[in-house]
Amino acid sequence: MSFEFPLLSLIIWLPILFGIAVFVTGSDLNAQLARWIALVGSILGFLVAIPLCTNFDAATGAMQFVENHVWFERFNVNYHLGVDGISMPLILLNCFITPLVIVAGWEVIKERVSQYMGAFLVMSGIVNGVFASLDAILFYVFWEASLIPMFLIIGIWGGPNRVYAAVKFFLYTLMGSLLMLIAFIYLYQASEGSFSIEEYHKLAIPMTPQILIFIAFLLAFAVKVPMWPVHTWLPDAHVEAPTGGSVVLAAILLKLGGYGFLRFSLPIAPDASQYLATMMIVLSLVAVVYIGLIALMQVDMKKLIAYSSVAHMGFVTLGFFLLNAYGIEGAMVQMISHGFISGAMFLCVGVLYDRLHSRQIADYGGVVNRMPVFAAFFMLFSMANAGLPGTSGFVGEFMVIMSAVQVSFWYAFLAATTLIFGAAYTLWMYKRVIFGAVASPAVESLQDISKREFVLLLILAISVLWIGVYPFPLTEVMHTTVEQLLVHVSSSKL
Amino acid sequence: MNFIPPDFAPASSEIFMLIMVCVVMLADLAAGDNRRYVAYLLTQISLLGCAILTYVSFSTETVQTFHGMFVDDAMADILKLMIFGTVSAVLVYSYSYITDRGMLRGEFFSLILFATLGMMVMISASHFLTLYIGLELLSLSLYALVALRRDSVVATEAAMKFFILGALASGFLLYGMSLVYGATGTLHISQLAQVIQSGASSKEVLVVGLVFIVAGIGFKLSTVPFHMWAPDVYQGAPTAVTLFIGSAPKFAAFGFVMRLLIEGMGEMVSDWQGMLVILAVMSMAVGNIAAIAQSNIKRMLAYSTISHMGFLLLGFISADSNGYSSALFYVIAYVLMTLGTFAMIMLLCREGFEAENIDDFKGLSKRNPWYAFITLLFMLSLAGIPPMIGFYAKFAVLQAVVNAGFVWLAVVAVLFSLIGAFYYLRIIKLMYFDEPETNEPILPNSDVKILFSANGLAILALGIFPQALMGLSLFAIQNSM
Repeated sequence: MSFEFPLLSLIIWLPILFGIAVFVTGSDLNAQLARWIALVGSILGFLVAIPLCTNFDAATGAMQFVENHVWFERFNVNYHLGVDGISMPLILLNCFITPLVIVAGWEVIKERVSQYMGAFLVMSGIVNGVFASLDAILFYVFWEASLIPMFLIIGIWGGPNRVYAAVKFFLYTLMGSLLMLIAFIYLYQASEGSFSIEEYHKLAIPMTPQILIFIAFLLAFAVKVPMWPVHTWLPDAHVEAPTGGSVVLAAILLKLGGYGFLRFSLPIAPDASQYLATMMIVLSLVAVVYIGLIALMQVDMKKLIAYSSVAHMGFVTLGFFLLNAYGIEGAMVQMISHGFISGAMFLCVGVLYDRLHSRQIADYGGVVNRMPVFAAFFMLFSMANAGLPGTSGFVGEFMVIMSAVQVSFWYAFLAATTLIFGAAYTLWMYKRVIFGAVASPAVESLQDISKREFVLLLILAISVLWIGVYPFPLTEVMHTTVEQLLVHVSSSKL
Repeated sequence: MNFIPPDFAPASSEIFMLIMVCVVMLADLAAGDNRRYVAYLLTQISLLGCAILTYVSFSTETVQTFHGMFVDDAMADILKLMIFGTVSAVLVYSYSYITDRGMLRGEFFSLILFATLGMMVMISASHFLTLYIGLELLSLSLYALVALRRDSVVATEAAMKFFILGALASGFLLYGMSLVYGATGTLHISQLAQVIQSGASSKEVLVVGLVFIVAGIGFKLSTVPFHMWAPDVYQGAPTAVTLFIGSAPKFAAFGFVMRLLIEGMGEMVSDWQGMLVILAVMSMAVGNIAAIAQSNIKRMLAYSTISHMGFLLLGFISADSNGYSSALFYVIAYVLMTLGTFAMIMLLCREGFEAENIDDFKGLSKRNPWYAFITLLFMLSLAGIPPMIGFYAKFAVLQAVVNAGFVWLAVVAVLFSLIGAFYYLRIIKLMYFDEPETNEPILPNSDVKILFSANGLAILALGIFPQALMGLSLFAIQNSM
């Protein structure tokens, strides 16, 4: 389908321009103005993304809404954008989450408001750029640039140990991506002077370089996902980040890693992917089982959800490297659903933290007595996090487990333990925080959620239920693209 | 026998510069204490005049004059224009700093102009002697500049160290040149290349000479193990002088390497390639790791320079115009970043207060969000994070390295730049995450304010549209090879 209007550029640059406008409002005297500009910008950002969905042609696996201009010819780098069934839902997810984050920080952030709101808008645009890039260098520029706002968000508005967390976050991700840059440069030589990702998909590469390229990509994406054993930055970053930062980190930034596997690792190095699939599956299963057990032992709510994120993302990588359509589609659904659920979970913890300034499970108890509406929402999201049928959490996990059965019973068996561990750590936390007797005078004084918080959680709750009950539109969009991806993966490029 | 005067036209900007240095000295003498700004203005005018002369006479042809001792080609012209711009910016940035510290004298300006003249001669040299004269003119002016605050113990000590080590390096270089002369019988760079190519010279003597020449280059570029002077000089010299040493001479050093190694001894690439690899890897390692331990910002930036110079050498390793143009691009990007970083340090200085410690950056984003943001751009650029220009510089060099088949070297380079990212992040951390220790306002002159903002935004804008500079670098190299 041809679509002449540069829609993708608009989706990328509109939030960035609004972000700059928010920065310009300057000091906290104009905080209210900054908030409103940010909200308008983020909502507009979401509205312009809607045509992407309505005009999307699910019948083709080719790139759509393509824009291609020369960026700098010295290295044949192009400003080349386009989306397919894999990137389109992720862009929508990102545009959807951004207004929620802005609203979530509405009253909570009182210092340097314009910088906070602006950073989120700029990041939203940059992340859209990552998902829409079809040129490796353009991709890399957006990819690295997304580090900067997140680094500042954690470092400026984070908790007591924020500097350590911010620097760790930055250096971990930088380490992976620098090796990816070398892989891109190698591919540039191998393809005789092209940075086009679609060219790379067709490129024949011998086995040894393919494995090295795969490993370079793996380091970049595994850190971002994050996979065991390079996940240790995530709990630190999550715990220290402000609520909005945690939401974006879990809902969006982790997806960059998953997206990278689908866009780069699998189609560019298919033989290496098949060769190393067992290793990847084992790493994913370690994340699912071992990290699930670690989550069980957490006393800090945010840390618990962070570890549960690692476990859920383990499901995503597991689904990818089962290398069949069910697995990959299931993993994609899991990514989207995890975006809603983890975002909602962090918002719920944020609601409590804003009131009591504690994330320790032990400080709470009997919250349901004071905050019944909140307890109901939290219940829904906890259930979704545990993978209850009818919520979005179930769909992805079920599809991945189904596809795992086709490959090996034991993979499926180990993966299915997450349904037990997930339920255990989430519901146990829920029980300790929400039920029981009122734990302290502080809890006694809690107020139930405000209208603002109610709307936020309601929107997320609807999304979670919608995908849980009727995931067909989502899988339909990505089906053709995934089929085409699998054709790439199954044909040897040696 | 008739005396045929050489063609002076290709050297017109050098001649103009020499005249202007004398004018500046005399004018300052006449102007007296109350009108020191006269020297400043005259210096800026002479730089502008030189730039115009160079620009007007610009052509892509290579012209030799003074019996082949002096060459004027596209690369020389472009490097000179860069130098004029850089020196001019240095002067704008340092004006109020040197005024506050009683250094606003004719000597400062004439020494800077002499150093600039030295750089111009170096860049345009096509003969070992011209090259050496240019180098010494630059070096001696720099020694004197470092020692300009003669009542400061650190500055004097730094100048002594700089002088002794610099003289030693010059000795190395001369010795290497004499060995090469012995082997080939010529000091003309272009003839040298022919003799080496013909294979008529003794390879052993040539290689020994090459080792000494590379050692001399290593010193001038401050690459490990010839880097010892850099941290002390950067720290000890007045910040305005450090800014000068850290910026414009890097262009001259680039020209120096191009003339000596590439044009003169390009045939011996298999011999010097290995040496440069060792210098580059050690510089990146020592520079980046030692920088982490520094608490003095100038010292930290000295180590950062060392690591950047290591990265720069990587561009030469591939030994093709792709690599050289990447190296040139790297130098341009590096100088842009250095200018801004040291300018920020001088902005933090007040009368009677030297900003020396990295802690002086604490809470800058609260004291002045705009300057903090600009400095953020510089730091990210130095760390090589896109979309700042520093990333494209690193990218271009890495591309050249991979192209030459040194994938492992590219991996080593990125690992060290990962370590390097840490100490740039620390500055960002101090600016953004920490509380200010003082609320002293930062009040620069309006020209500094504009230049500093333009400098910072250029880092970002040239990163978003890098083609212009990349194309210019490639143009400069391709038209002079």
